[in-house]
Amino acid sequence: MQHHRRTRTTLAATTALAVVGILGACSSSDGASSDGASGDSAAGGTYTWWDPYPQHDGSSDWEARVQACGEDAGVTIERTAYDTTALTNQALLSAQEGTSPDVILIDNPAVSTLADTGMLTTVDEFGLDTSAIDQNLLDAGVVDGSAYGIPIGANTLSLYYNADVLSDAGVDPASITDWDSLTAALAQVTDAGHKGITFAGIGTEEGSFQFLPWFWGSGADLTDLSSPEAVEALELWKGWLDEGYAPNTVINNSQNTVWEEFLTGDFAFAENGTWQVNSAAEAEFETGLVQLPGKDGGVAPAPTGGEFIVAPVQEDTARYDVTRQIVECMTTPEGFVETATTFAYYVPPTAEGQEQLLAENPDLEPWVEAVQSAKGRTSDGLGNDYPLISEALWTAVQNALSGAATPQEALEAAQADAEAATS
Amino acid sequence: MTSTPADVGSRGAPRGAAGTTPAVPPGGRRRRTLSSSQWAAVGFAAPLLVYLVLFYAYPLWRNIDLSVHDYTIRAFVQGDAEFVGLQNYVDVFSSSTFPTALWNTVVFTFGSIAFQFTIGLALAVFFRSSFRLSSTLRAMFLVPWLLPLIVSASTWAWMLNSENGIVNSVITAFGGEQINWLTSPDTALLSVTIANIWLGIPFNLVILYSGLQNIPGEVYEAASLDGAGPWRQFWSITFPLLRPVSAITILLGLIYTLKVVDVIWVMTTGGPGDASTTLAIWSYREAFGTGQPDFSPAAAVGNLLIVIALVFGFLHLRLQHRQEASS
Repeated sequence: MQHHRRTRTTLAATTALAVVGILGACSSSDGASSDGASGDSAAGGTYTWWDPYPQHDGSSDWEARVQACGEDAGVTIERTAYDTTALTNQALLSAQEGTSPDVILIDNPAVSTLADTGMLTTVDEFGLDTSAIDQNLLDAGVVDGSAYGIPIGANTLSLYYNADVLSDAGVDPASITDWDSLTAALAQVTDAGHKGITFAGIGTEEGSFQFLPWFWGSGADLTDLSSPEAVEALELWKGWLDEGYAPNTVINNSQNTVWEEFLTGDFAFAENGTWQVNSAAEAEFETGLVQLPGKDGGVAPAPTGGEFIVAPVQEDTARYDVTRQIVECMTTPEGFVETATTFAYYVPPTAEGQEQLLAENPDLEPWVEAVQSAKGRTSDGLGNDYPLISEALWTAVQNALSGAATPQEALEAAQADAEAATS
Repeated sequence: MTSTPADVGSRGAPRGAAGTTPAVPPGGRRRRTLSSSQWAAVGFAAPLLVYLVLFYAYPLWRNIDLSVHDYTIRAFVQGDAEFVGLQNYVDVFSSSTFPTALWNTVVFTFGSIAFQFTIGLALAVFFRSSFRLSSTLRAMFLVPWLLPLIVSASTWAWMLNSENGIVNSVITAFGGEQINWLTSPDTALLSVTIANIWLGIPFNLVILYSGLQNIPGEVYEAASLDGAGPWRQFWSITFPLLRPVSAITILLGLIYTLKVVDVIWVMTTGGPGDASTTLAIWSYREAFGTGQPDFSPAAAVGNLLIVIALVFGFLHLRLQHRQEASS
């Protein structure tokens, strides 16, 4: 016992020494770095910029474009890239600490969330002109009648098809105009020994994102998840699974997995986004695009994707002037087209920008059409209720597809959950 | 974990210092020396205390603070959350997810530990008798431990994939029916538990193996002279002598398993529906899994997990005391 205690004491002393050592090391390096930082900021105006594009590193075209906008405004831009989800959390934390960056590019459903905290300036406060921006795209960033950001581009979902599989099964893609003709095509394709369709039903925002075109295409509304139209949309998906037109894996599929499955060449259709345009062109089979059909025909509204440029509130309001110049630099028609081509998957949010893009790249026509009929997830006055409703919705999709509940039961439970969460 | 080092720092150090005092002559000086050595002790302990307060006490306090306020996003940024007392806990307990999550946690934790421990012990006993390549083989069993979790969880998800997974292709090759491992509410929890068992075996193997090294070989020699077979040797020597090590292995395993998020999140995100949602997954989903961080209920669920882990920790301490008292 005595021996035991002595070991403990030695251990404590050693730990204490080690900690002192570490603290000492930290404090000395702190001093060095803070000296360096003050030297930098004295040299000239540095503006901070956060975006969700870690795939574009310091030597990328995107970085060069951001820097060019900074140079035009006579300042240096310090760009930091985060993962999409991490960016929202970082933005919230920085707002809490009072250290918000000057400019953030953020995924559109997060705009209303951030706006609700009071950490964002409105477009009017900044004196930015948004009249040219397509209303359906701008709406995603509107909370209580004020716009809190400008879309720098938009993407959305559509239905890719494998032309080889379709011609083998004798299906004409032009015949797909509504749900019935799509289901008939799926039956024909599976009879011919191919796989039908794949989509993402995963229990995250992606699952809701992919379900919404069918949900809205049936005439359902996010304020009533258990309406007969909503049930029909979920029954459509469930029916495809039961018939074997869609694989059981869709329940856990993310949009990336969907695309990987499609690239195997087995599937006739895959629901996916503008961001796969290049990959589709490089696929080992011929691909094509049909608009996501509404229940009784027409183009179903797909949810808009894409980032908004927002300017968080700063203590030092003198910074706003330069920030406005940077934002304007990113949102001119030329700026939009440049952004669109840099990313290869963005459709400009203005009519003028879309015309210029199509002049350069006519193949993107179906995507421009899809973006024009798309709908913001947070629009219809849902704002930051949307994430809560969305969670209830994807849970219902999961429960129905996995067989834990019927579509009717699942959506009724979802509606009850959504009402409880948003009240 | 949190409280033990503090005990060592504050209680252990002065006692150690007292142990050195007999060298100092008695009298008036004795008090001064004592107090200055006590000061020294405090000085040595201070960095540790600062560290503990910064990295243990404050986060813990903050977690409790989050759970008794209503932190909406707005309140989080503006710092004016309304005090709601135990309302978040009431919401958590009355939520329809709670019974499912609690049951899943129990099944996942105890299922994982029972198999991890049994298989780990069997392997440890197996590797005790050294044979050719035994150390190489033992090293290979550590691979699950060394792989990044995202890699091993993704690999499991791929193997258990309904349509293209290797497990199902083997089953169907033998005439079985396709099992929707990750996408059926009946098997999702089983699948993530299997993956977690595989992940936990190396930990059990390593600790139990080192425990086995401390059992003197003479005991086994004596036992075999008395005519005890391997089975008898295991139950009468290995198992009882390994009990202290087993207890700590199981306790650590319990705490690790209670808070597992990554494996389940990567494989099923807690789905389909709530089918593989444990308390830890639920907490994570509330805080980070949706577009709208909901920190207060997440913190409430997190605190619940801490309490559960603490209960088992105290249980372990009691058992240990009883063991020490009896020996």
